[in-house]
Amino acid sequence: MSYQVNEKGYYGDFGGAYIPEMLYPNVEELRTTYLDIMNDPSFKEEFNQLLRDYVGRPSPLYFAKRLSEKYNTKVYLKREDLNHTGAHKVNNTIGQILVAKRLGKNRIIAETGAGQHGVATATVCALMGIECIVYMGEIDIKRQAPNVARMKMLGAEVRPAKSGSKTLKDATNEAIRDWINNPVDTHYIIGSAIGPHPYPDMVTRFQSIISEEIKWQLKEKEGREHPDYVVACIGGGSNAAGTYYHFLDEPSVGIIAVEAAGKGVNSGESAATSQLGKEGIIHGCKTLLMQTPDGQITEPYSISAGLDYPGVGPLHSHLYKTGRGEFYSVTDDDAMTAGLELSQLEGIIPAIETSHALAIFNDKTFKPDDIVVIGLSGRGDKDLNTYIDYFKL
Amino acid sequence: MKNRINQKLAEDKRLLSIYFTAGYPSLHDTVKVIKDLEKSGVDMIEIGLPFSDPLADGPTIQESSTAALKNGMTTALLFEQLKDIRKSVNIPLIIMGYFNPMMQYGIEEFCAKCKEIGIDGLIIPDLPVAEYHEHYQETFEKYGLINVFLITPQTSDERIRCIDEVSNGFIYMVSSASTTGAKNTFGSEQQQYFERIEALQLKNPQIVGFGISNKETFLQATKTSKGAIIGSAFIKHLTHNGVDSIEDFVMTIR
Repeated sequence: MSYQVNEKGYYGDFGGAYIPEMLYPNVEELRTTYLDIMNDPSFKEEFNQLLRDYVGRPSPLYFAKRLSEKYNTKVYLKREDLNHTGAHKVNNTIGQILVAKRLGKNRIIAETGAGQHGVATATVCALMGIECIVYMGEIDIKRQAPNVARMKMLGAEVRPAKSGSKTLKDATNEAIRDWINNPVDTHYIIGSAIGPHPYPDMVTRFQSIISEEIKWQLKEKEGREHPDYVVACIGGGSNAAGTYYHFLDEPSVGIIAVEAAGKGVNSGESAATSQLGKEGIIHGCKTLLMQTPDGQITEPYSISAGLDYPGVGPLHSHLYKTGRGEFYSVTDDDAMTAGLELSQLEGIIPAIETSHALAIFNDKTFKPDDIVVIGLSGRGDKDLNTYIDYFKL
Repeated sequence: MKNRINQKLAEDKRLLSIYFTAGYPSLHDTVKVIKDLEKSGVDMIEIGLPFSDPLADGPTIQESSTAALKNGMTTALLFEQLKDIRKSVNIPLIIMGYFNPMMQYGIEEFCAKCKEIGIDGLIIPDLPVAEYHEHYQETFEKYGLINVFLITPQTSDERIRCIDEVSNGFIYMVSSASTTGAKNTFGSEQQQYFERIEALQLKNPQIVGFGISNKETFLQATKTSKGAIIGSAFIKHLTHNGVDSIEDFVMTIR
């Protein structure tokens, strides 16, 4: 069983590039060049230098002593929250802006839900002096005012997506439309491991720095490269893809994915795509997605804006279908409680997305000598208002 | 029997094709719109199967799709509305829609139903040529359906030749790098593109779509091509005037 994308852009049954002909030249240009660009020594040097000096990598692999004691197992946290801009998102935007430069593009577009990917994109565009337009659902613009302000300060233009449900999936539609209308000078920085091939693979490779570091960091701390489990939250799944990547072909490492159950998987207000989704096509790839029996894409719900995407990356659909990944879903309430718990046990306020991964201990019991690495994908500053409202702080 | 699309393409005239969204403006307008378009002298009709996330469409068609879905439009209902359409309508009918709703209906079942009703072809913007050729062509052909592919000003000559090879009806020439409805006139860039395609001497005739909104753009587009498709401009007409003056709209083009 392979967990790498094949030459046609598929992970098993999932992936591909279901795009209108108008996008074909852009996506084809990327498909035929991305690996050569990424493997070029000068690209690698520039990418690694920026990850080190600008992002602050390697991010620490931190042994969470009190959390480990509480759950009677060995828990390590991979601290992507300590990256510049506060989450794993920047690993991908640094990589893609360097690809865009090598393709001679002078205009960047992106979609964003909560604003984290928008901020990470606006950041690298400022760094490179490239024009940046971020599409964001009109409703999300109202909900995420601080991130909108950040993007504006960084010099990006934030364009409201007013179509459909006015949230992340509509922002993605608008970004794709922009790309259709600007096919030559523009690169579209997709923020998750989704979209038409080669995006899921390209984003996964940029994020794979996470598991690459885990391997040598764990070797230093525990004398072995392979943990017993890697755990990550999944919306579109870029942080998870990066956290799993170097362990996918290592059967001794258990892969655990945590989705957002919202108010409960069967409540009608959920984003647990693997449980509720069916095979279909969203934003250019064949994958599991939440939809009506008639094939209309439905609006997911989660308290975490970064997880309420109606699809999941094709790699993750493959991990689900083949059984390589163990999938769990965590409710808003359990996630919020786990976020508060981490804050008080370890002095780390996690992003609510990340809090979902931390709630795994409710559903799964690990052995005392298991090594469990949890992807701490982002910090909670952006979510302070949600925490305040929820806990009446 | 020869497919109605091929018969129509063999006629010695420039074809006017109209796109509209099924179930819009009202849920049960579908059949009336088709009948009135034929009565008004339209040569071919694209029936839009609404989708929640129509990536290749501009705001006008997206809004009509959202409204149609809100009205309660579904794939099964469209087939139900169209079940007797061939008792009264003779011009070619094409269903244009995105791939996901068709996948969920079941591709084989969808194609069988199209044949049963008398649908002549399909336009599926997000089903790429290679996927079609590898997985679906056989099924489409089994049910006598012509699949229509899009080309754009950015499509290379080599790829256009490959699309021409796989096609057996006409090629849908997207007028400019844009979503539907985005342009109002054609400039020299479009003219050059029209001429480039004409010079390729393709085996399939071409019909131009996207950005055809009035008589002027219709005439410009059909100077070098077999016909043109009007979508957003017709939807706007329906939005403002309802379904009782369809002939008035068609008269302004012809």
